Amino acid sequence: MRVLATLLAKEFKQVFRNRFMVPVIFVIPLVQMILLTYAASLEMKGIKMAVVDQDYSQASRLLVSGFVGSPFFELSYSGNDFKEAERMLASERADVILHLYADFEERLFSEQRTDVQLVVNAINATEAGLINAYCARITADFNARVQGEWFGMETSGSLDLIPSYWYNPRLDYKIYMSSGILVILVTLIGLMLTALNLVREKEMGTTEQINVTPVHKYQFILAKLVPFWIIAIFELAFGLLVARVLYSLPMVGSLGLLFLFASVYILVVLGIGLFLSTVSQTQQQLMFIAFFFIVTFILMSGVFTPVESMPPWAQKINLLNPAAYFMKVIRMILLKGSEFKDISRDFFSLGIYAVLILTLAVTNYRKTT
Amino acid sequence: MKRFLGFVKKEFLHIFRDGKTLIILFGLPVVMIIVFGYVVTMDIHDVEVGIWDRSRDQETKHATRKIFSSGYFLPAGYLESEGEIGQFFRGGRAKVVVVFEEDFEKRLRAEGKAAIRLITDASDANSAQLSVTYLQGVLMSHFQSLNADVKMPWSVEVKSRMYYNQELKGVYMFVPGLMALILMLVSALMTSVTITREKEFGTMELLLASPLKPREIILGKVTPYLVLSLVNAITIILLGNLVFHVPVVGSIWLLLAQCMLYISLALSLGVLISTSAKTQQVAMVMSMLGLLLPTILLSGFIFPIDNMPKILQWLSAIIPARYFIVVIKSIMLKGTGMAFIWKETLILTGMTFFFIVAATRRFQIRLK
Repeated sequence: MRVLATLLAKEFKQVFRNRFMVPVIFVIPLVQMILLTYAASLEMKGIKMAVVDQDYSQASRLLVSGFVGSPFFELSYSGNDFKEAERMLASERADVILHLYADFEERLFSEQRTDVQLVVNAINATEAGLINAYCARITADFNARVQGEWFGMETSGSLDLIPSYWYNPRLDYKIYMSSGILVILVTLIGLMLTALNLVREKEMGTTEQINVTPVHKYQFILAKLVPFWIIAIFELAFGLLVARVLYSLPMVGSLGLLFLFASVYILVVLGIGLFLSTVSQTQQQLMFIAFFFIVTFILMSGVFTPVESMPPWAQKINLLNPAAYFMKVIRMILLKGSEFKDISRDFFSLGIYAVLILTLAVTNYRKTT
Repeated sequence: MKRFLGFVKKEFLHIFRDGKTLIILFGLPVVMIIVFGYVVTMDIHDVEVGIWDRSRDQETKHATRKIFSSGYFLPAGYLESEGEIGQFFRGGRAKVVVVFEEDFEKRLRAEGKAAIRLITDASDANSAQLSVTYLQGVLMSHFQSLNADVKMPWSVEVKSRMYYNQELKGVYMFVPGLMALILMLVSALMTSVTITREKEFGTMELLLASPLKPREIILGKVTPYLVLSLVNAITIILLGNLVFHVPVVGSIWLLLAQCMLYISLALSLGVLISTSAKTQQVAMVMSMLGLLLPTILLSGFIFPIDNMPKILQWLSAIIPARYFIVVIKSIMLKGTGMAFIWKETLILTGMTFFFIVAATRRFQIRLK
């Protein structure tokens, strides 16, 4: 026990002596919370629209005003030169072209049907899909108006679809983004610090020195893990505070439950860091391996894109992705107020994971080379 | 020149000797493009939907079947009461609950109006919104097709054309973004770390004491990564083309030239970082935070820049990847030439010169 205490004191000193650590612990969460949260929005506004109205009739102007008046679109070109609009699309000065042909109104009256062409820059497929949906909605409004006001038709058989958004009625993406970013934060700090610290000792040759002392393997490893476990927990608390202040992140569920889950999660993360450090020889190597795992973990965890959208095999792989569990659970507890019985399965899976990965890492760690 | 070549050869050997790093260097782009191409999508499918049918008539049953046959939604079970909605959401069993009001069919027939509530677990705001949009689409078209025989006169139809990406594939976005990310990572991160490593181990002193000029040392360090990055760029383009059918519409030579420009930029940035970092750890953290996250988030890789708050839009103006992604998209997907991208090219060139000048000025020949 005394050996362990001494080792711990040494590790703490070593971590905090590094001038670099304090900014890493405090500044990174702040910057990430602010930058990431605001950047990660799929809210669409100010879609740049080029309008090519070759008809310029009463009907065409009414339709165009429906688009220009909506909060989604911003007029970036208005004229009758389709080629020019196409060039704007190519140079990113327009996202979508609304093209009304010269016989727009004429056909509406003579054939009772007319069409408009919509040209969307579809490189970003999600955005293109949304633009398309917005345009369809605006055109449907126009149709209803024309049919009702101009031709006095009654629209019948209508369906009221009333959406309501629970837990986040204003669809404030900052709330759910910031909770996801907390997970990224804890994962990044926990994994990188543990792994780098151990490999650094290896690379510098100071592990050798420890190896020749009577310190046990488990004591050494425990002394390495405890400081980073504490730092990671602290990081989470700090991040929660920042999110609370900046984005008034709701905390519906029990914080105790969250920290209980987090403490197991961090064990898994540290275990992975430890394991990675046993398989790499240099910091450079480790950084690449760690980078690969972190990026894969984060992208597959469902922080930016929903897990359900992934193919089944990817969802199976996610069973091995600790970040996917925590990402799900942190949102469940904070936003929905889920209780232990709702998350028990994830909790126990992660518990088993922790035991397995730590055992693997410890057995893989050799005192002799 | 011979001396310099010898040094470059040494650096190559240095890299190739480390098999693990090499595997990762080449494996990384391959795995990432597959992960991005298949896994990271915003498409909606298999969203769990619970049904609370308070009417239980032919119409609602029909509509329910229609929802689940659309391919986007999976049945999560039937609910009996308001209270169960919360249970479903808290337990993560359903993302959306569709509530048909009482006497749905009767109202639809008699009053020509009926209501469906779409209650969504919006703790994930983006996907909640997408699910609702899709559900609305499915239900709307279903109920419209019911009275399809009554054609509405005087209506305008929208004919959409999807330019540059007719099938709306998500991977079209990711290939350019991934190029920007991986090239930045391999070039900037690797150079900054290798140079700092020499400093940390004290071998930089040996190199500086050798007859090699500092310029030659840096160039020699950088050359292997230039080659490696170029190989990576070609791998990504090939993979995108062969596996995901992402075309290269424009000139391949222009594309490669632009890649070279971007790689040079990243390399000079790496050298600049190494001049101010003392240990590898510092260099890594600086590169990770300063380069990685902004390159993913502020470059328009995943999230459109236009949607961001103004401050972040300004901030994104100093992110090189932002311009590179525009360039790559223009050449690969739109097939446009220099006339459309000269501005971005100019900015990237300017940045490269700035980094080179700054790095040269900060480079210290003497160690403390």
